[in-house]
Amino acid sequence: MTIQVTRRGFFKLGAAGLATSSMAMMGFAPEAAASSIRPFKLTHTKETRNICTYCSVGCGVLIYSRGDEAKNAHQQIIHIEGDPDHPVSRGALCPKGAGLLDYVKSPSRLKFPEVREPGTNEWKRISWEEANERIARHIKADRDENFVATDSEGRTVNRWTTTGFLAASASSNEAGYLTHKFVTSLGMLAFDNQARV
Amino acid sequence: MSNPQNILRRSATTTTPPQGRHEVEPVAKLIDVSRCIGCKACQVACMEWNDVRDEVGINGGTYNNPTDLTENSWTVMRFTEHENEQGDLEWLIRKDGCMHCADPGCLTACPAPGAIVQYANGIVDFDSDKCIGCGYCVTGCPFDIPRISERDSKSYKCTLCSDRVSVGLEPACVKTCPTGCIEFGSKADMITRAEQRVTELKGRGFAEAGLYDPAGVGGTHVMYVLHHADKPDLYAGLPENPSISPFVSAWKGPAKPIMSAIIGITAFAGFMHYLTKGPKDEPLDEEVFGPEGEDAYLREHTLSAPETEPHEPGRRSDHEPR
Amino acid sequence: MTNHWVDIRNADVILVMGGNAAEAHPVGFRWVTEAKEHNNAQLMVVDPRFTRTASVADFYAPIRTGTDIAFLGGLIRYLIDTDQIQREYVLNYTDAALLVDEGFGFEDGLFDNYDAESRSYDKEHWVYQTDEDGFALRDDTLENPRCVYRLLRAHFDAYTPDMVSSICGTPVDKIMRVWETLASTATPDRTTTLLYALGWTQHSLGSQIIRTAGMVQLLLGNIGLRGGGVNALRGHSNIQGLTDLGLLSNQLTGYIAAPVDDEQDLDTFLTARRRAPLQPGQVSYWQNADAFFVSLMKAWYGDNARAHNQWCYDWLPKLDKPLYDILDTFERMSKGEIYGYFCQGFNPLAAIPNKAKVSRSLAKLRYLVSIDPLNTETAEFWRNAGEYNDVDPSEIQTEVFRLPALSFAEDEGSTVNSARWLQWHYAAASGPGEARADTHILGALFTRVRELYARDGGAFPDPILGMAWNYKQPDEPSPEELAREYNGRAISDVYLDGQLVRRMGEQLAGFGELRDDGSTASGCWIFAGSWTEAGNQMANRDNADPYGIGQTLGWAWSWPANRRILYNRASAKLDGTPWSERKSLVWWDSVQRRWTGADIPDFPVDSAPTRGQMPFIMNPEGVGKLFASQGMAEGPFPTHYEPLESPVPEGNLLFPRNDKVRYNPAARVFAQDLEMMGTWEEYPYAATTYRLTEHFHYWTKHVHLNAIVQPEQFVEIGEALGNELGIKEGDWVRVSSKRGYIRAVAVVTKRIKAITVGDRIVHQVGIPIHWGFLGLARKGFLANTLTPFVGDANTQTPEFKSFLVNVEKDTSGGRT
Repeated sequence: MTIQVTRRGFFKLGAAGLATSSMAMMGFAPEAAASSIRPFKLTHTKETRNICTYCSVGCGVLIYSRGDEAKNAHQQIIHIEGDPDHPVSRGALCPKGAGLLDYVKSPSRLKFPEVREPGTNEWKRISWEEANERIARHIKADRDENFVATDSEGRTVNRWTTTGFLAASASSNEAGYLTHKFVTSLGMLAFDNQARV
Repeated sequence: MSNPQNILRRSATTTTPPQGRHEVEPVAKLIDVSRCIGCKACQVACMEWNDVRDEVGINGGTYNNPTDLTENSWTVMRFTEHENEQGDLEWLIRKDGCMHCADPGCLTACPAPGAIVQYANGIVDFDSDKCIGCGYCVTGCPFDIPRISERDSKSYKCTLCSDRVSVGLEPACVKTCPTGCIEFGSKADMITRAEQRVTELKGRGFAEAGLYDPAGVGGTHVMYVLHHADKPDLYAGLPENPSISPFVSAWKGPAKPIMSAIIGITAFAGFMHYLTKGPKDEPLDEEVFGPEGEDAYLREHTLSAPETEPHEPGRRSDHEPR
Repeated sequence: MTNHWVDIRNADVILVMGGNAAEAHPVGFRWVTEAKEHNNAQLMVVDPRFTRTASVADFYAPIRTGTDIAFLGGLIRYLIDTDQIQREYVLNYTDAALLVDEGFGFEDGLFDNYDAESRSYDKEHWVYQTDEDGFALRDDTLENPRCVYRLLRAHFDAYTPDMVSSICGTPVDKIMRVWETLASTATPDRTTTLLYALGWTQHSLGSQIIRTAGMVQLLLGNIGLRGGGVNALRGHSNIQGLTDLGLLSNQLTGYIAAPVDDEQDLDTFLTARRRAPLQPGQVSYWQNADAFFVSLMKAWYGDNARAHNQWCYDWLPKLDKPLYDILDTFERMSKGEIYGYFCQGFNPLAAIPNKAKVSRSLAKLRYLVSIDPLNTETAEFWRNAGEYNDVDPSEIQTEVFRLPALSFAEDEGSTVNSARWLQWHYAAASGPGEARADTHILGALFTRVRELYARDGGAFPDPILGMAWNYKQPDEPSPEELAREYNGRAISDVYLDGQLVRRMGEQLAGFGELRDDGSTASGCWIFAGSWTEAGNQMANRDNADPYGIGQTLGWAWSWPANRRILYNRASAKLDGTPWSERKSLVWWDSVQRRWTGADIPDFPVDSAPTRGQMPFIMNPEGVGKLFASQGMAEGPFPTHYEPLESPVPEGNLLFPRNDKVRYNPAARVFAQDLEMMGTWEEYPYAATTYRLTEHFHYWTKHVHLNAIVQPEQFVEIGEALGNELGIKEGDWVRVSSKRGYIRAVAVVTKRIKAITVGDRIVHQVGIPIHWGFLGLARKGFLANTLTPFVGDANTQTPEFKSFLVNVEKDTSGGRT
């Protein structure tokens, strides 16, 4: 409902506005531009159910985005608040959950694969293909060099201990399950997560 | 969206408000200080919903951040470490913000027509488009709530999320409050609720627990349950008997015909102000106001009468970081 | 959590100790305020600091950090001596009556058979006395001096109120007030809930502190009842799920312990996991380990997993030590023994103790891969940030990759909350730039590695080439495909007692359908039931609470089997009727001849009370364990030892004659790290680290709203210490440990009091974590600059909560 007006444009409206004020002085009710002091900002936004990413209370959140999923519309998240149906949180969110919008929109969000080459002092943008290729080759080179199939007593151990993996704490079960398959397939043992820190 | 028929009062306006909607039930926010953990979710939800962000400040040696209300922080937690008579520590945490007085000093003092409105449901709202930045609302407020923005010289404060309330939702701070320390409903229901809370607190040894709904401003639409209702001052200087400054009352009473002339000029100044400062990248129009701009113009023409009445000197400084 | 968030409202007494629920879990804490209002509950807080939780508590008692076993051990002694135990529960539902091996003993701070060189025990005698059938002997009079109950009382004999007070620094009257209030819930109609978090885990004795708490709850008869339990308030949103899925060096999925070197064949491996009952007729559910394991291997290796090749058992890596934990990994990294490291949503430069060591270690890597929605200090460990990160990039040869991951808001899938609820969420928008889901990142990387091995060969490619990866888009498996896989399906028709229970290809309804013959596949047995033929149970949204006690069984899905309160059969007496109406939860319906009630029974549903099966179905004893047998590194009963860095001048106040038991005798300390431990003479103040409610670990420094409400690094000291050092609020201070220093604003507070330990005044210092050299919040020091590199002897959880520092007024200019 807010109409953007330029200064020059507003000058033209100015006289009318002034007249209204003067009318008020004389005891007439001003026209109620006040009816739109604060338009409700969620009208027609899309509502998506989600779970807060921070702590393990697992509060329900409702994410509001602009764009009705038409092919040409890029969804833009504009607001996040609590899900009143959630039996634990009942619509409430703590200071972190209440600020989730600024996490989603953080200027520190990463947008592209990057590499910092040895000895340098900067990030260099690379493609996903290049990132995958280079990392996969690191994995294979290290694993081929240091994989232990049998130990000194001749026992089958099939382990690789020279590359480690710290797993996420806020990624989904599906990502975690896939991570476990990835790590186990390689025989990796230096595998830990945030459970302890 | 607010229905204009629901507006009870407008600042600097002598019109009789529409009488058709007086059956609108007043609303209230109840803040039970005994349940507040000072998590600041309400501060965050307030900024998020209202699309404002305060500055990343500094730590002044306390948990108070931001350290005071600002144009962008319409509510802040105020932490007080209090040792009671038994020597036990109490960490009193009060959510500060607009009280939405039934008899609002800000509205009474405001010279800009329609810049402050009071809805039939009790919410006192600022219409920034009409604000002239004179600061009288600050002077008129017995709770030291409104803040004038240095950026656009407009006054800002809690709206009780009038946009949410008007579409049937609760204010953002109420919804987000993790412990249920902030509740919202009809004022009658909130008073009943407060009585339940006070009874429980008395059962836990807080003999002086009570409701803060000060009569001096006609009652408020934001109320507190306090464990020590006999000593509101303990809670970071909550005034014991707030009332509108006698001077503000006076100048809007018998002095009104005289003041109206002033207001007329003020209103004009207000529009000029918008023209010059609203679209902020525009230079000040020296042709209209002369080289010192509209501030000088305002100083000259509005007489600044209420500013001679200080609003509880020194109170503001209590909230500054020490 | 044994119980769940909403159930807290059913408690009569709430003890928050080893945690700060209001600060760390404000919305879960709502149910504490509900218990106070609607159940007239008493909230008590025992903590070194008067916390946000304490601000709304009925009672607060201070304690010296790291001394919780003394406090709780004294409580156990008090409960036994005053006979304030739930006697019928203790006798029937715990191992109190079981007799312990004659070779078990404890003297002057050590259990028998300790080897000082390896810092470990020979656990041979940490077992019950058994009869010829392998069943434990018992004495129901509890008079036999070898019964667990008598040995337990003897173990804590020295933990008198005065001794506890001198160790913990808690005044005796405050100790007694807490003990008496807890003891009031020994009656069958009242319960205590214990809420704890990292304030108990992050000690060199963390696991034993939690065990002591569990023992208290068993003595009070509070496990399995509503409003009871031992409730770990987990940290991150899905750390419960990732633990359930076994993303740890010593775990497969669903708490199946990973194989070790000595377990060279499948039968040896499974025998060690089957856990035969130790009392006649008990459920001992781990007897089904074969079905869990074989189904896992069918999920992972598909058709390659066959009976004749032991279901690909050889393909699994075997452990040569108990754990490859993070401390062990960084120790090895510091020695140049690790070449590559992946950090998926993890910021070890901030999260592992002794930042200097972590930084030095990362610089020895050949490659580092950070997968994260946000920039992290770890990804930029090579960047010079002046005083905050004083490194020279040109000298660091590590190749660092930074891969952008989607955030929760752009990703679909499930997470497990602290109450074991698997909750499904949906994507609201696409991510920024070229950010990808973690599943996409790993899917694409795995398929690339697999291509390289398929094409070029290499070291033992079989488990890579043989890993089941039959996703419609192998680069990007969908959340639904993965969820259906960990739930499990029938590979061929499944029969139970000759009856067809599941047709080939159907999703399994629960772990009861798992088979050890290869006819079922399930990636995580405890998640079986989450995505059945009826669809995605994790997305259920019926919040009805028919009994009005907070049991919303139609909301999401809880493991195991949608049970919300673990061991809930213990809410009923031996005869199957509730201990009291106030606490009724599940009960035996003698007409239907089934267990029924407000929860899914955590018990065989048709096992009549007369059959004598006991509620703790995962334990071979069938009962709760006061005696840990061989499960713990430091011994079957908890013992108070000092933190590695302790403000107590010498020894252990409990064992003044034995200078070898000052700190945990089973703690693993690497030689160089031992040299980096400070003494109380140099570093006189006891320090602890914690997170603030406005923050989430190291993430929210990137979040504008959170940076606003808590912008700048500070430390908290008491007024007495402030006066002593001439420091007032807002002054800048320098806090140092043997490992480094930080500078921060001082918050000088009444909420931290000096306490008396032995005959010494001890000041405690509070150090919030969060700030670093990146983000929107003001720049600061990573707090792990100060913390010691030592962990709990069982889990290796770092001792972030108890160490020594010095505090001085900062003279270097304050804010930069």
